[in-house]
Amino acid sequence: MMRLLQLNAWTAGLAALLVLLLLATKLIQPDFGGSGLDSLARSALPFALATVGMAVVVIAGGIDLSVAAMMAVASVTAAVLMDGASDGQAVFAVIAVLLVGLAMGTLNGALIVVTRVPDIVVTLAMLFVWQGVALLILNAPGGGAAPWLRALAVGGVTIPGLPPALTDWLPRGVVFLAVVVALVWLPVRRSKLGLMLYAIGSDPQAAFRSGVPVGLVRVAAYALCGLFAALGGLTVTMATGIGEPIPGPYLLASVAAVVLGGVVLGGGRGTILGPILAVFILRIVRLDLTLLSVDPNVAAIVEGLIMVAVVMFGAVLATRGRKA
Amino acid sequence: MTTTDTPTLARLGRLMVDNPLIPLTLILLALVAALAILNPAILSMFWVGNTLKIAIPLAMLAACQTLTMLTGGIDLSVGTAATIAAYVTATATPLIGAPGAIGIAMACALAIGVVNGIGIAFARVHPLIMTLGTGLIATGCLLVYQRSVISTGTIYPDVLVWLGTGRTWGLPNGLFLFIPFAALILWAQRRTGFGRLLYAIGSNETAARLSGVRVWQVHLALYSLSGVIAGLSGLLYLGMVKTASLSLALPLDLPSVAAAVIGGTSIFGGRGGYGGTILGALILTVLATMLTLLQMPEGGRRILYGAIILAVTALYIRLTDRS
Repeated sequence: MMRLLQLNAWTAGLAALLVLLLLATKLIQPDFGGSGLDSLARSALPFALATVGMAVVVIAGGIDLSVAAMMAVASVTAAVLMDGASDGQAVFAVIAVLLVGLAMGTLNGALIVVTRVPDIVVTLAMLFVWQGVALLILNAPGGGAAPWLRALAVGGVTIPGLPPALTDWLPRGVVFLAVVVALVWLPVRRSKLGLMLYAIGSDPQAAFRSGVPVGLVRVAAYALCGLFAALGGLTVTMATGIGEPIPGPYLLASVAAVVLGGVVLGGGRGTILGPILAVFILRIVRLDLTLLSVDPNVAAIVEGLIMVAVVMFGAVLATRGRKA
Repeated sequence: MTTTDTPTLARLGRLMVDNPLIPLTLILLALVAALAILNPAILSMFWVGNTLKIAIPLAMLAACQTLTMLTGGIDLSVGTAATIAAYVTATATPLIGAPGAIGIAMACALAIGVVNGIGIAFARVHPLIMTLGTGLIATGCLLVYQRSVISTGTIYPDVLVWLGTGRTWGLPNGLFLFIPFAALILWAQRRTGFGRLLYAIGSNETAARLSGVRVWQVHLALYSLSGVIAGLSGLLYLGMVKTASLSLALPLDLPSVAAAVIGGTSIFGGRGGYGGTILGALILTVLATMLTLLQMPEGGRRILYGAIILAVTALYIRLTDRS
């Protein structure tokens, strides 16, 4: 009970920090409003989905270094399949991309379980493999995206029957994220699988002795990560309208957001909400730096420093936890 | 000690684990033979010199991976460190002359290594994540620096060009730098206290710590050294390709890991050595020539490198489990 309270305290603290940062943004840029929130949500969407995927694997006691590369594969697959396709065909393209993501994640997990090579090495090797696959599918940025897909994440929410002014401030990107996470993660979390994910993360041996099929659950965790990575890659294509074969800076960002979000590296503890809040915090910091007209490259350095500091802090905490 | 199933295979496996130089040499010879069959005209003294020339910067960067992997770590910032050293040298030479520029460049590379060392030694961040992060930050710094020196133009110091492109008796001058370097690393890993500490930490860090090893000092020194070596290989690479680009040595990041893994250095630490890594770098260079001949696209190469790392690591785990 105490721990539950503590975890919720961490998440509540993150939410408070997010509100404070939003207020600070409003102070820096007085006319910051609906469109600002919209672009923020759109830029945070791939990061958030990568982070959710990473968080699932970290909760299950692993790490997936190939998440950014899988997103690249999903992005180019989507762009190639949707290039010149009709709206109906684009639906199949989306389904195909999600299946590809599941397959990539399953392969990662299966290789870890079958070869018994540590997850960090396997996913490092797979990072290169997926990079190569993305380059083979599309050598340079290109392809296309279906317009209805772009409309899913761009602009404000309009609910028929309500005046637009009432709902317009809420970005569709946030709604998209909430719906996706609710559709995929909540059923898993509520089912036996969710419990087993936490179980193998906190103590694989104890989980094994309690009858949890550790190998299969681990594969499932990586498969979920692959699915979220595919969704993330899809949003990259959605936001830009083209496929991007070179992986974006999502790997380190997702690890940092997971740590900042209160998920312990090593597994077994944490929620999904915390990391998502952490993603928005990190993106707002970036936005504020831009609004303060800091050189974008300097902003990238500051962002990198924050991430490394967060990861270092998390590692110190994890070491302390192990000693105690 | 004898295994019930396929004892010859097990013995062969143990031989390969204990003495990786023999099978590696055989693989290298087989690759050269295959190349000779594919294109008989390619084998010449000039080709041998050229292969050595291309393999030297790779082998030097792979030294960083070998040393860090001996302790169970890895250094993914070497490509960035090398690129920064090369870029700073090329752009600062017109302003302050070659010796000063090289000095600043090496200081930058050392700084990257020191930051890695601090994060790994004190905060105990996993080396992979730490070096990836420093690489990212350092790339950002390079972009900022690039905007401030955009007008100065570039000059490549004569020493580096001589080292990178010159030849003596048909062999590349880079060997003048590489042979003493390799001898030093080979001597250091076996015969010095520092080298033995690397193996000790890699085999069992707790045991090493309990025996009185100050692990943080070793980590700090190791990653600083790795930064310096990366800077040095960046300088050599600059002399070789004579272009200062922002992604100069980045494509070497991944092959440097692959070279060390192929060379028999265990990514979990405690096993391996630089001798195998040199052969690994040569094998990769010959393999790259072959892939170019076969017109394999860049994507295919990356897949191949990833698959090699995974397959070799899995193989070593199997072999060491049995014995």
